[in-house]
Amino acid sequence: MKALVIDHDIARFGAALLTSSLRPSAATRLGPLKLKDLPPLELPNPDWVRITPRMAGICGSDLATVHGKSSRWFEPIVSFPFTPGHEVVADDQEGRRVVVEPVLGCVARGLNPVCVACAEGRLGNCERLTHGCVDAGLQTGFCCDTGGGWSTEMLAHPEQLHEVPDELSDSGAVMIEPTACGLHAALRAQVQPDETVVVIGAGTLGLLAIAAMNRWSPPKQLIVAAKYAHQKQFAREFSGKSAQPAVICDPRNLIRVVRSTIGTHLLSSHDSLHPEDDPHSRLSGGADVTIDCVGTASSIRTALAITRPGGRVILVGMPEVHNLDLTPLWQREISLTGAYTYGTEIIQGGPIQSFELAAELVAAEDLGRLVSARYPLSRYPEALAHASTCGSKGGVKIAFDLLAPDYPEAPVLSTRKAARP
Amino acid sequence: MSQQPRSHQPRSTASGKSASTNSGSGKPAQRRGPQPAAPRPGLVLDVDRSTPPVLLHSGEQFRLERLPAGRSRIIYPPEPLPGLEHPNEAIREALLNPVESDPLPAQLFSGMKLTIAFDDISLPLPKMRRPDIRQRVIEAVLDLAADAGVDDIHIIAALALHRRMTESELRYCLGDRIYDAFAPRGQLYNHDAEDPDGMVMLGETRHGEEVQLSKRAAESDLIIYVNINLVSMDGGWKSTATGLSGYQGIRHHHNVKTMRNTKSFMDQENSELHRSNWRQGDVLKSAGINIFQIETTVNNDLFGDGPLSVLAKREWEWSARDRATFLGVKTGLDRLPSNARRKVLHSWEAPYALTSVHAGQVEAVHKLTTAEVYKQQLVSVEGQTDIVLYGLPYVGPYNVNSIMNPILVMCLGLGYFFNMYKGKPVVREGGVLIMTHPTTNEFHPVHHPSYIDFFEQVLSETTDPIQIEQRFETSFATDEWYRHLYRTSHAYHGVHPFYMWYWGSHALEHLSQVIIVGGDPATVRRLGFRPASTLADALEMASDVLGPDPSITYVKNPPLGMADVT
Repeated sequence: MKALVIDHDIARFGAALLTSSLRPSAATRLGPLKLKDLPPLELPNPDWVRITPRMAGICGSDLATVHGKSSRWFEPIVSFPFTPGHEVVADDQEGRRVVVEPVLGCVARGLNPVCVACAEGRLGNCERLTHGCVDAGLQTGFCCDTGGGWSTEMLAHPEQLHEVPDELSDSGAVMIEPTACGLHAALRAQVQPDETVVVIGAGTLGLLAIAAMNRWSPPKQLIVAAKYAHQKQFAREFSGKSAQPAVICDPRNLIRVVRSTIGTHLLSSHDSLHPEDDPHSRLSGGADVTIDCVGTASSIRTALAITRPGGRVILVGMPEVHNLDLTPLWQREISLTGAYTYGTEIIQGGPIQSFELAAELVAAEDLGRLVSARYPLSRYPEALAHASTCGSKGGVKIAFDLLAPDYPEAPVLSTRKAARP
Repeated sequence: MSQQPRSHQPRSTASGKSASTNSGSGKPAQRRGPQPAAPRPGLVLDVDRSTPPVLLHSGEQFRLERLPAGRSRIIYPPEPLPGLEHPNEAIREALLNPVESDPLPAQLFSGMKLTIAFDDISLPLPKMRRPDIRQRVIEAVLDLAADAGVDDIHIIAALALHRRMTESELRYCLGDRIYDAFAPRGQLYNHDAEDPDGMVMLGETRHGEEVQLSKRAAESDLIIYVNINLVSMDGGWKSTATGLSGYQGIRHHHNVKTMRNTKSFMDQENSELHRSNWRQGDVLKSAGINIFQIETTVNNDLFGDGPLSVLAKREWEWSARDRATFLGVKTGLDRLPSNARRKVLHSWEAPYALTSVHAGQVEAVHKLTTAEVYKQQLVSVEGQTDIVLYGLPYVGPYNVNSIMNPILVMCLGLGYFFNMYKGKPVVREGGVLIMTHPTTNEFHPVHHPSYIDFFEQVLSETTDPIQIEQRFETSFATDEWYRHLYRTSHAYHGVHPFYMWYWGSHALEHLSQVIIVGGDPATVRRLGFRPASTLADALEMASDVLGPDPSITYVKNPPLGMADVT
C-alpha cells in the first residue's frame, strides 16, 4: 500500500515551520511528510475492518501538522508515525461506499464501559484517547495503528463508518466530515432567532457553519468576514434564511461593519483608519455571538472586540500558540467556547448524530461543489501547497483522489464557478 | 516651452468689463492693490502646436500636460479684481447703510437677544490671510452692539452638518479677541444640529419641506449672518436655512431629485436647490425670524505675488524664472512624504482681497453679491465640448486641514467643478469628464468616519445615487455613533458622504464616462469611474466612447472661474 506518513522528526518539523509561511511547497518537501510503500496494517482487534480510501480531504489541522505549526498540546494524544487524512470516503470490504467518523472514542478502542462523554454521544470529548486497542490518537489520521485517508488502505472500526447515500458523489461524501464540524459549531452557538451573529472567516469551516446555521438556527442578522470573492459569494448563497440580508465584508473592515450594522459605538485608542490595526479597539456593544473560524490571535482579539458584554464567542478554527490579552473576556463577561468535531446534536429537542445531519446538509446544499481540486497521492507537495493558498486561488477544499491514476500533469480542477449566481 | 502670445488670442472674453463695485452704501468704494494694469478678463484659448504644456493640479501635486492641437481649448479664469482700499470702512459703511433694511444700529437695543452666525471653515478655499473677513465684520458688529448696550450675544459657527471647528480654527477665523471674550462664557460655539433641545421646527414650505432652525437663533430678536461668498451658490437664504438647520430640514433639498434638477448649483435661475432654500426662507420670514444678512466677496487672488504666483499665470506667459520656480515647487512637493506635503499645502494662506460687502435684507443683498461673484468669475464660452478636463487641487470645502478622500474627489470634480457653469454644462450630454487626482484610499478617521463606511459598505454595493439614497441614507443619518462623533468630536455628520455623492448626481446623469488620471485603480473603480495612468491614455479611452478626435476643453481652476456657456 502507498501512504503519506508523518514521522516524529523534530528537525523536519522545524524546517517545515521555518519555510511554510514563505513557500508551502518547499515546506512540504523539507517537512516530516513522506510518501512510502508500506506493508498492510495489522487489525487492532477482530472488530476492525480494512477500507480503501476513494477520496480524502486536506483539512486546516492537517496543514498545521505538516507545517509544524500544531500546538504541543496534541503530543500525548497522537502517535507516530501516522498517516494523515480524517476526511475520508472509502470502499469497505463489502463494496459499500462509506465515510469515516474519525474520532477514536471508547467503542473504537474496545473499551467497556465507555467514558461519560462517549456514553452521552459526545465522541469528540472522549476522555480515553490514549487507552485501548489502538495507540494514542485523537482521531484516525493521527494514530500510528489506524492509518489515515492519505493512503490506499486504512483501518476503521465499524462504529466509525457511515454508508454514503447513492445520490452523493465522492466529492459530496468527502465534505460530510467537515460539514459535521461546521454544523456542530453552529449548533454549539445556540443561536436565537433575534440574535446577531458574526462569522469570522469563510474558508471551509466558516462556510459550512454558515450553511448549518442557516438551516437549523438562522439568526436575525448574520455578518460574515470573508476575504475572497468566491467566499463572499458562497456565504451570501448559504445565508438566505435570516430576517435581514446577510452583511458580507472584508475582514479588515469587520469592526466598522459590525458597528454600523448593529448601531453601536466604536471605542478606539487612536485614530486608526482600520480599527483592526489597533489592538485596543472595541465596540461598546456588539454581536450576540461570534463564531471564529480562523483561530489566529488577531481573529480571537477581533472576536472579543465585536462581541457584546455577556455574549458568546465560539472558537472553531484550530488555534495556535497565541499571545493574547484576555482582559476583554473578563471585563465583558464573554463566554469563550470551543467547538471541536461532533458527535450527537440536539435538534428540536431530540438527539441526532452529527454525521446524519451533515449528510442531509451536504445533499441539500450540494456541498460537493466546494471541492475545488483533486490531486493524486504522488503530487502531494502541490496538493498541500494548493491547500495552503486555496482561498487566494478561488478554491475551498482540496482533496486527494485515491482513484485517480498517478498522472504527472495537472490536477483535476473543478471550479471556482461552483457558487450559484 | 515656447511663448508665442500671438497664437493665443482669446476667442471669448469675460462678461464683466468693469472693475468697480459698490459697497452697501451705494457709494463708490476705493480699491486696494496694484492699479496700473486693469485685471484681464477670463479667456478661452484655442490650443495650437505652439501652445506650451499646461498646468493641472493633481491633489497635492502638479502635472504639466500638452493638449492635442486643433481640437482643444483652455478656459482661463479672470485675473483678480482689485480689492477694496479700506475694508473696515467699507464694512462699517455697509452696516450703517444697508440694502432694503434699517441701519444695523437702529435694530440693536439693550436687553435684546442677538445671534451672530457665520460661515464655517469650508469657506474660503484655501483659508485667507489674517485678519479673516469674518473677524473684521463681526468686530464691527460687536462694536455697534456694544454701543447699543446689547449683552445677550451668541456667536455660532453655522456649520449645518459639517464638522465642528476646532479652537484654533475658530481663533483663526474670528481672532483671539472675539474668541477670548465669548468662548469661555459659552457664547461662541459650533452649531449642533443634533442637539435635541437646541433645534426647533418652524413649519413647512408649500412643497412640504420642513424648516428647522437653531433654537437660539429662532428665539433671537435679530440674527446677523456673516457670509463669505466664494461661489454664486453660497449665501442668500442658504446661509440660515441650511447653515443653522439640521437633517430634518436639509434633507428636503440635499437629495438626488433636487440635485438632478439643479442645473447648475451656481446658476440661481436654474437651481432647484436655490429655489428650495428660498422657499424655506419664506417660512423663516413668516415665522418672524429677523435676519440682517452681511455678504462679502473676495477676489481671485489665491497665490499672491510670491513664488506660488506662477500657479495663477497663463502658461505661455511664464518667464524663465516662473518655470524655474514651478519646477522647484513641483520637485520639492514630489519629494516630500505625503503627510508633510499635505501640511505644507494646507498651511497656505491666500491673500484674498475683499471686493464687496453688502448688508441688509437677504434677497436684496444676495442679488448684489451674486453680481459681484459673476464679475470676478464669469467667462463667456461658446458651445459645449466632448471632453471636459479638470485638474483637482488639494483642497475642497470639506477637507480643510484634512484629507481629500475618494468621495470628496468625486464631489469636487462632479459636484463643484462640473457645476461651475451658467447656461449649459461645458461638456455635452453623453460627453466624458477627465480629471487628474491620485484618488488614494485614504480617509481622515476623525473628520470622515462615516465616509469610510460609505466607501466600504455602500459603494461596494452600488454607485447609483437613487439606490444609495433609498437603501442606505436613513441608517447613516440616524446612526448613534456618527451622531455622537458629530456632536462631540470633529466628525462630519453621518449623512454627509451621501450628500457628497448626490452633489455629483447631475453630472453622473449627464456624462457617459468619468476618467481619473493618476488615480489609484482599485479606488477609482470603486467610485464607478475608470482609472488612466496618463492623460494620453485617458483621451484614448474617451475616444472609445466618443469616436476619433473628440473636442477637449480644459477648465483651468483654481483660481476660480465659471463658464457662461452659450
